[in-house]
Amino acid sequence: MEFLRGLSKDISGCGLSGVIHRKGELIPGEIIIKSICCQEERGNGLGAGFAAYGIYPDLADYYALHVMADHRKALEDVEELLAHRTYITHEEPIPTRRTPGIEDPPLFKRYFVKPKYEGEARELCADTEDEDDYMVSLVMEINTKIDGAYVISSGKNMGAFKGVGFPHQIAEFFRIEEYKAYIWTAHNRFPTNTPGWWGGAHPFTILDWSIVHNGEISSYGTNRRYLEMFGYHCTLLTDTEVVAYLLDLLIRRHRLPVEVACLALAPPFWEEIDRMPEEERELCTAVRAVYGGAMLNGPFAILFAYNGGLVGLNDRVKLRPLVAAEKGDLVYMASEEAAIRAICPDPDRVWAPKAGEPVIVELEPGVIPNQRSYLRGQGKRTEASVCRYPG
Amino acid sequence: MGEKKTTKKKKVPQWASFFPDFIIERDPEKCINCRICVKECSYGAHIWNAKKKELSEDHTKCVGCHRCEAMCPTRAIVIRRNPSEFREHAVWTPWFIKNVYKQADQGGVLLTSTGCAVPFRNYFDHLVLDACQVTNPPIDPLREPMELRTYLGPKPDALEVEIKDGRFRLKEPLPRQIKLEVPIMFAAMSYGAISLHVHQGLARAARDLGTLYNTGEGGLHASLYEYGSNTIVQCASGRFGLHVDYLNAGVAIEIKIGQGAKPGIGGHLPGEKVTEEISKTRMIPVGADAISPAPHHDIYSIEDLRGLIFALKEATEYKKLVFVKIAAVHNVAAIASGIVRAGADVVVIDGLKGGTGAAPTMFRDYIGIPIELAVAAVDQRLREEGIRNRASLVASGGIRSSADVIKLIALGADAVYIGTPALIACGCTMCQHCFTGKCPWGIATNNPELIKRLPPEVAYEKIYNLVHGWAHEMKEMLGAMGLNSIESLRANRDKLRAVGLTETEMKILGVKHAGE
Ligand code: SF4
Ligand code: SF4
Repeated sequence: MEFLRGLSKDISGCGLSGVIHRKGELIPGEIIIKSICCQEERGNGLGAGFAAYGIYPDLADYYALHVMADHRKALEDVEELLAHRTYITHEEPIPTRRTPGIEDPPLFKRYFVKPKYEGEARELCADTEDEDDYMVSLVMEINTKIDGAYVISSGKNMGAFKGVGFPHQIAEFFRIEEYKAYIWTAHNRFPTNTPGWWGGAHPFTILDWSIVHNGEISSYGTNRRYLEMFGYHCTLLTDTEVVAYLLDLLIRRHRLPVEVACLALAPPFWEEIDRMPEEERELCTAVRAVYGGAMLNGPFAILFAYNGGLVGLNDRVKLRPLVAAEKGDLVYMASEEAAIRAICPDPDRVWAPKAGEPVIVELEPGVIPNQRSYLRGQGKRTEASVCRYPG
Repeated sequence: MGEKKTTKKKKVPQWASFFPDFIIERDPEKCINCRICVKECSYGAHIWNAKKKELSEDHTKCVGCHRCEAMCPTRAIVIRRNPSEFREHAVWTPWFIKNVYKQADQGGVLLTSTGCAVPFRNYFDHLVLDACQVTNPPIDPLREPMELRTYLGPKPDALEVEIKDGRFRLKEPLPRQIKLEVPIMFAAMSYGAISLHVHQGLARAARDLGTLYNTGEGGLHASLYEYGSNTIVQCASGRFGLHVDYLNAGVAIEIKIGQGAKPGIGGHLPGEKVTEEISKTRMIPVGADAISPAPHHDIYSIEDLRGLIFALKEATEYKKLVFVKIAAVHNVAAIASGIVRAGADVVVIDGLKGGTGAAPTMFRDYIGIPIELAVAAVDQRLREEGIRNRASLVASGGIRSSADVIKLIALGADAVYIGTPALIACGCTMCQHCFTGKCPWGIATNNPELIKRLPPEVAYEKIYNLVHGWAHEMKEMLGAMGLNSIESLRANRDKLRAVGLTETEMKILGVKHAGE
């Protein structure tokens, strides 16, 4: 009767959970494991993952490349490319343990690197923001050109751990309880339109952006082709990847404030825009006209994080659940309130963010190395719930 | 070529007249001799013999427009394909045999109207759309907002935002854009080729639908200036009716380089169609042929196009968008890229199946490439070159339904032009004889008696209804795909699958085969 179990279950979608400590204090891995495992019914054992920020404090100035490889040859190819293109200060296998139910995992290794510029470019680009672009194209190159190798995270002082299994299995496999982070996100996957594959699990990352996502992006084809114009190539066979690249493009490269980037991803309807005061209407119209290719259409709830903040966002009609809560300096976001209450039984405040209204939480200024702040609204830098427009 | 030698004495038989295309069948039981058919047939195919008090038919004159059939009060008339058959031959079909007869009888060029009639593969009919099932919910447009609004015009790659009084503001205003509430515009059909009433209907429908109509190359009739904010004025190689007020009358100016029905040649409005009103609007003498040259004589290269684009922009103080329309030909992607780089705000591609009021049959049927392939190639090319945002892409030629519109947008178009569907909405029966100027339905004619058959209000209502219906269908299809805004469909080729296309075709279209 084993086969009937899968058929009689009437559940779909994914589970998300995330937590941030606004003062940058480290949160033990058990906390996030407990929260995501509480939402076990939201997955089907075909994918789970974690993103952790602040886990490599001693190597915080280096890009931490988490590389997944199907075979040794792929890893060797990656190493050869890295030797040419980067300075590697440290490399090691990502610690894992044998875990029941996890068979035949791929190889995992991490490299701590800095870009190696050739000739004149060294003077011009080393230690500048160009390093990020350099890393993006390096990651694209590994993902598209090296058969069987994928960079699963590439930010500084952060990393992603993911694979095929239930969250408790993946947590055990990667020894998540041994890490401490000031931001955690986690994902429990119920794959639908993409196969269960280690690289297809969430989070998806580029640089220090990491995304966990519940939903299906119906606009994937549009988003993918939009991103291609800017040099991003989607290789991971899933729609969530586009979100990571869109954030990188809009926020880091186009320098849009995170609030405006969220506006582009989940914009208000024209009906609403037509009723806005003139200048606001102009802004929203321009965002929609220019960033139409970046709009995420379809049901989704996403959590995305970077070195300095955690953001929760729902689609423009809220077709997937998202709940937020705060308690002191801690802010929680998850698919279900139960997942928050499992790790924070008495929050100060619990609320359900509205459709298309991001919840943006940043660390207080200057509490971690290489801190990024993309919240550009005045006087709102560290507040928990920021509405679509500042002020 | 030597001079033709003909013997004037004997009467030369006219082969074509022996084999009419249609047969007019009149049921004597039903016919009441009211003679409405005689009045209705502008080709003189129904004949009243006053002496004998009898009706007869000249089948050779019938073009198969079905006007008499529709107007006959007792439904006594049926227009049928002439059942008389030539011996079957796979190569020499009646079409080719009769064309040879016509040319042997008359010499000259075969003329026709509408769009390509050769059954080349119609890619629309080999593309199917996606819909949501379980994993994400379809959206019901009757309950949820569903957006078709589209902005045409050049867009920057990125926006710059600043904070003013604690709020985000645009640092620089967006370059001029045109707002369309529905991404379906009315293609260039000149006043002259179609009646003033149809123009009035199109203009009003465009205004009420929140879209644009295009004047075509025949100038703008005085009564239509009030629809300026829904008007695209055209500047074609004949420069008819072109003056600064005309250029300023609309929201955009379209430079017509070519048209899908007849790439490589200009327009031709026969002198018989040039009436008093048309002569005023086109600024040419009454009865004179209005012939547009094949090229613009000031555009012999892409730099010259740039010159004209900016001359028009200067003349209108940069207040108007400049569209450049070309026929889809072999090298369309490279040409479109050149046009974008020359400074056009919108590139219009008109495919093989695009219609016309008059074209040589060989041009209509055999020159140019299908719009589906052209749009796919152009969109891809502009993206590869990183200039897709610099101009909008409008597609036309062969659209028959809202699904065709959806497919073109999924292939990469920002908006479409429709021409033929708007005329069919006005009653056109696709008899393909617009070039005669005798359209019995009052559409492609300027005959003062005939145009009365289609009052502007009727044209307006029918065209409005059509696009309203299509817009609703498009919303339904978007909702079924789980999208609530047209921009999420644009260039979203994942929503299309091919049925029965070859590898090469799928590669050009950028779509997978059904089942993949
Ligand atoms: S041309 Fe039209 S109106 Fe005249 S006989 Fe034929 S179908 Fe009737
Ligand atoms: S517009 Fe008139 S002449 Fe032209 S095809 Fe239609 S019915 Fe015939």
